[in-house]
Amino acid sequence: MALCYAFIFLPVGVLVLFSFQGGDLPVPPLHGLSLRWYAAAFNDGRLVDGFANSLLVGGVSSALSVFIGFLAAFGLARYEIPGKALLRALIMLPLAVSYLLVGMGLLVSASVLGLGPSLATVIVGHVVINMPLAFAICQAQLGEHQRRIESAARDLGAGTFRVLFGITAPMIAPALIAAFCLCFTLSWDEFLIAYFNTRFQVTLPVVIWDLLRGGLNPETNAAGSFIFLVSISVMAVVEIFLLRRRR
Amino acid sequence: MAVGMTRRTPPAGLLFALPALAWIGLFFLVPVLIMAGYSLHPLNDAGVPGPLSLADYAAFFAEPAYVQALVDSVVTTVIVVVASTLLAYPFAWCIACVVPRRYQRIALIAAILPFWTSYVVRSYAWLLALSPVGAVNKTLLALHLVGRPLMFAYNPQATELGFVHFFLMLNTLTIYASLTQINPRYELAARDLGASALRGFLTITLPLSLPGVAVGAFLTIVLCIGDYVTPQILGGFRELLLPQLIIMQVQRQLDLPMASCMSLLLTVLVALAYLALQRWLRIARL
Repeated sequence: MALCYAFIFLPVGVLVLFSFQGGDLPVPPLHGLSLRWYAAAFNDGRLVDGFANSLLVGGVSSALSVFIGFLAAFGLARYEIPGKALLRALIMLPLAVSYLLVGMGLLVSASVLGLGPSLATVIVGHVVINMPLAFAICQAQLGEHQRRIESAARDLGAGTFRVLFGITAPMIAPALIAAFCLCFTLSWDEFLIAYFNTRFQVTLPVVIWDLLRGGLNPETNAAGSFIFLVSISVMAVVEIFLLRRRR
Repeated sequence: MAVGMTRRTPPAGLLFALPALAWIGLFFLVPVLIMAGYSLHPLNDAGVPGPLSLADYAAFFAEPAYVQALVDSVVTTVIVVVASTLLAYPFAWCIACVVPRRYQRIALIAAILPFWTSYVVRSYAWLLALSPVGAVNKTLLALHLVGRPLMFAYNPQATELGFVHFFLMLNTLTIYASLTQINPRYELAARDLGASALRGFLTITLPLSLPGVAVGAFLTIVLCIGDYVTPQILGGFRELLLPQLIIMQVQRQLDLPMASCMSLLLTVLVALAYLALQRWLRIARL
């Protein structure tokens, strides 16, 4: 077990440790600790632009994913629809294919339609891969307990939309936030769809990919450690909200 | 009134699901169909898509290097699935059955924490660790276990190592989840009836946890066979996998029909894997 943990943490440990490297190469020996490579990363225009683009793509695509996924989960959980299992399978389908297929499909279609590469295509692609997850998370939360409260609200005269946004959404808010955070970390980290569909305005993983061409560089370590920190902070939010739900 | 309306018009629920269905249809199914259509129109001499033909599929299977990449992709994926499951199962079992309950969540979170390092950065981090001047080689040299630095990176084994690292975490999570869902009384009952600890595990716990193993294996196949980053960074250039060929077709050859053809073949492989694991995946959904 200890060996398993050592194996799991080896690359991250090396990454983070040598992001504080005082010397010029992210390999042993360690020449004193320094923050100079973080300063270099934060002053690198491409990294900063990539960071902003990733925030935009992650924020917009996750918000859309959760909104659309929540509506679909509500529709399928609360109404009798013929062919429900098939519809559910259709919505979940993108979870069972490679990101490569999603990215290639969008690339070929954009080129057929004569559309150039853009961040908008990446947002569209990220909703395709993340919305099914948000849908599944919401669906797991819409149980009998919530249904009874919803019908009480209806009896008191609330219309469908009042029930949806005044009762259902606040009731499962922790799950909605958790779903948003999960979608965000996946979008924030996604490479292939972004790589296929962007050229000049690129997301952070694509910037890092370009940095790698320059070989081993402590600046890449610093940027990578920073991304790791952001992701685990977002996941910590999920953990806190999920824990609160369980109490 | 609202209730009455929803009863009389069943499509009301459909209305809520419509944005999701439309999104999947317009931005996933239609693009994949366009891509499939594109794969049937190979580029002609002028470099534009020509008439309907299966020539690209024929060309794929006629080119030994392409077929080799297909085989290598499948072999790599099988090795990764087997290795990561064999490592993850005992690990997940230890967390679920040996670690005291109040520390389990911490143990699990620690086990999957590096999962959240960026996908591109993770492969780079392995490159750092494995490079001839990296931490692993320096440690081995310092301990006098080796005389000169070993060449760990830039070969198929490095790709597999990178994959196993990532999917060990994923499989630990899915297997742990299915192990904790099993009622411990089943195994206790078997023990009371005289089964040994090993027999209790083999006949009760192991079969009941197979759905978790299958879910993990399927996710591993989907993510592993379509991955470009790990083999491109760690794998060197002697053995190329299918996603690397696809990107080469897109970037170097500018041959989108051939790239489409290869992407579809990749998807067929994933679909075959789904059919093979379907039985256990169905159980897992319940």
